[in-house]
Amino acid sequence: MNGGHYVEISHLDVIYDVTKGVFSPKQLVHAVNDVSFTIEAGETFGLVGESGCGKSSLGRAIVGINKPRSGDIRINGQDVTHLHGRSLHDFRREVQMIFQDPYASLNPRMTIGEILSEPMVIHGLHRSPGAREERVTELLRTVGLKPDHVRRYPHEFSGGQRQRISIARTLAVNPRFIICDEPISALDVSIQAQIINLLKQIQKERNIAYLFIAHDIGMVKHISDRIGVMYLGHLVEVGDSSEVYFHPLHPYTKALLSAIPISDPDVGKSRKRIILEGEIPSPLNPPAGCPFSTRCPLADEACRRMPKMQQFGSHQVACHHVNQSV
Amino acid sequence: MDTTNLLEVSNLSVDFETDQGLVHAVRDISFSLKPGEILGIVGESGSGKSVSMYAIMGLLAANGRIGGGKITFDGDDISRGAFPSEKAYLHHMNHIRGNKMAMVFQDPMTFLNPLQTIERQITEPLLNHTSMTRAQAHERALELMVQVGIPSPEKRIHQYPHQFSGGMRQRIIIAIALANNPKLLIADEPTTALDVTIQAQILELIRDLTRKSGTSTIMITHDLGVVACLCDRILIMYGGKIMEAGTDREIFYSPNHPYTRGLLSCINNPEAEEKELVPIPGSPPDLLKPPMGCPFVDRCEQAMKICKVRMPDITHLSDTHSSSCWCNEVLRRQAVAQTAAEKNREGGRA
Repeated sequence: MNGGHYVEISHLDVIYDVTKGVFSPKQLVHAVNDVSFTIEAGETFGLVGESGCGKSSLGRAIVGINKPRSGDIRINGQDVTHLHGRSLHDFRREVQMIFQDPYASLNPRMTIGEILSEPMVIHGLHRSPGAREERVTELLRTVGLKPDHVRRYPHEFSGGQRQRISIARTLAVNPRFIICDEPISALDVSIQAQIINLLKQIQKERNIAYLFIAHDIGMVKHISDRIGVMYLGHLVEVGDSSEVYFHPLHPYTKALLSAIPISDPDVGKSRKRIILEGEIPSPLNPPAGCPFSTRCPLADEACRRMPKMQQFGSHQVACHHVNQSV
Repeated sequence: MDTTNLLEVSNLSVDFETDQGLVHAVRDISFSLKPGEILGIVGESGSGKSVSMYAIMGLLAANGRIGGGKITFDGDDISRGAFPSEKAYLHHMNHIRGNKMAMVFQDPMTFLNPLQTIERQITEPLLNHTSMTRAQAHERALELMVQVGIPSPEKRIHQYPHQFSGGMRQRIIIAIALANNPKLLIADEPTTALDVTIQAQILELIRDLTRKSGTSTIMITHDLGVVACLCDRILIMYGGKIMEAGTDREIFYSPNHPYTRGLLSCINNPEAEEKELVPIPGSPPDLLKPPMGCPFVDRCEQAMKICKVRMPDITHLSDTHSSSCWCNEVLRRQAVAQTAAEKNREGGRA
């Protein structure tokens, strides 16, 4: 292991080429910009940010759906950015992903039994059909479904149940790291809690590390040990989850937190909000220097330079004005 | 009827004809709205919260029909039954919509016409419902754009919807809705498609504008945080029925219905002490064959035999707080029995 961290991401860049047409000038979107962080084994790292901030691109780069432009992703000491063939195949057993939309991520023509056995067939686990069947039953029980659901098709299930099937599918190969990309945002409130509790219980039993990507910072705080906040492709603050929640240092984190509607009328109606002016700049032409400088109430001359990630207590923050209040 | 209410809905039912059969989306709901009040309607998908509002606005899809009930708006009966023909009803509703009542929808891109400029779309309700000239309507449109916080309105008024971001589009919709100073604004999940920081901007805007103009607002949402921060009174809907109604403090601090309590315990209040989330087991009922009794019975921990067969009556817990649960009937009977017993004892002593 490298320095003891299970996942180690350093200076990761993901760039999309969005040039339209052959003769148009080249247009690049810098979706993930120089992002570094670590995740320990069995830990949950929450990644929050608004749409377009690059959190999903980052998650997809880690599983290898997007190729990063530069930077390193080390999982269990192994560099996984340049894997192919056999080693990529093995890597996929270790790292799995749960997607946001449980309607799009399950093949409608396969039964639940087929969906859950497919990863085992691909990875050559439980080779006999009997053993696979046994394992499928066990997986269904783990995620709170009934063994006789095996012969049904995805359309016969509700959104929450489908998300349970997705979770069971990732568990089929006994991964040690699962990337959860907005796993609850398509679900109703009463179902969200079911899925969150299921994920927590699975983690406790199997010591799986999660990268939990979501825009609902309240839920992220609930499930995560540590939180990273992203804005326009940059990681702007990282720290222990309650530390980031209760004592945010970056002005964007502060604004984001104050914008959450709190489900308590006395607190929610009386508390002071930092209402940010304007909108997130287009990632096609991001502002020079600090990405948040166009909306930041503290922005000044210094913010034309890109701030470096610095350690403040238990947080890491990228801001020139950490000690000023908003 | 209480004349102080702006909107009064009694015993409204809405059904949809589908290939699988009749879906009873809204079943016998009653509520009222005072002038200037912000009412939140909370429920999960399929609870009938949006459909009941579409029914009030006369905007049900072709396969939907109002099964019964009375809707009184601003002193007029606007239920379908109050009009001699479908034509007369539509004519009247066209006159009210966009004028005295207006709606803000969840997805601004499907509501705005991509082929028309913003000017044309904001001035449309003004030209349709008032005697304004084009020039006056243009002035008013600019004024509205300033009110909803769209920068450089003179330039942007000539642009098309695709040139605006999601948050800006929602502001345009709000400007269109507020064009004729409606008495009632119905907002159907207006911030669900938006990011948190933009959501905060839009909620602030709705609160400010409606408070200033005295517009009553109905806010449909599944987000308990949004209602807590914005609404004066809250209805909790489930399976096409109103389960509980009360002021914001009554619903959040002394919820009565097991469903409301369940909802509150399965959301995470990050400010509070870290606690385990307690999910509600199971999933919502199938409204093709709605349960005879309480729709929540299959997921309720306190379900009794009677819950399966009969819908409980509404219990009034205070002037503003009411709930439909058999538990209240049980408590009431226990209380009656206890007072009777006490009386007996006193009688015996005397």
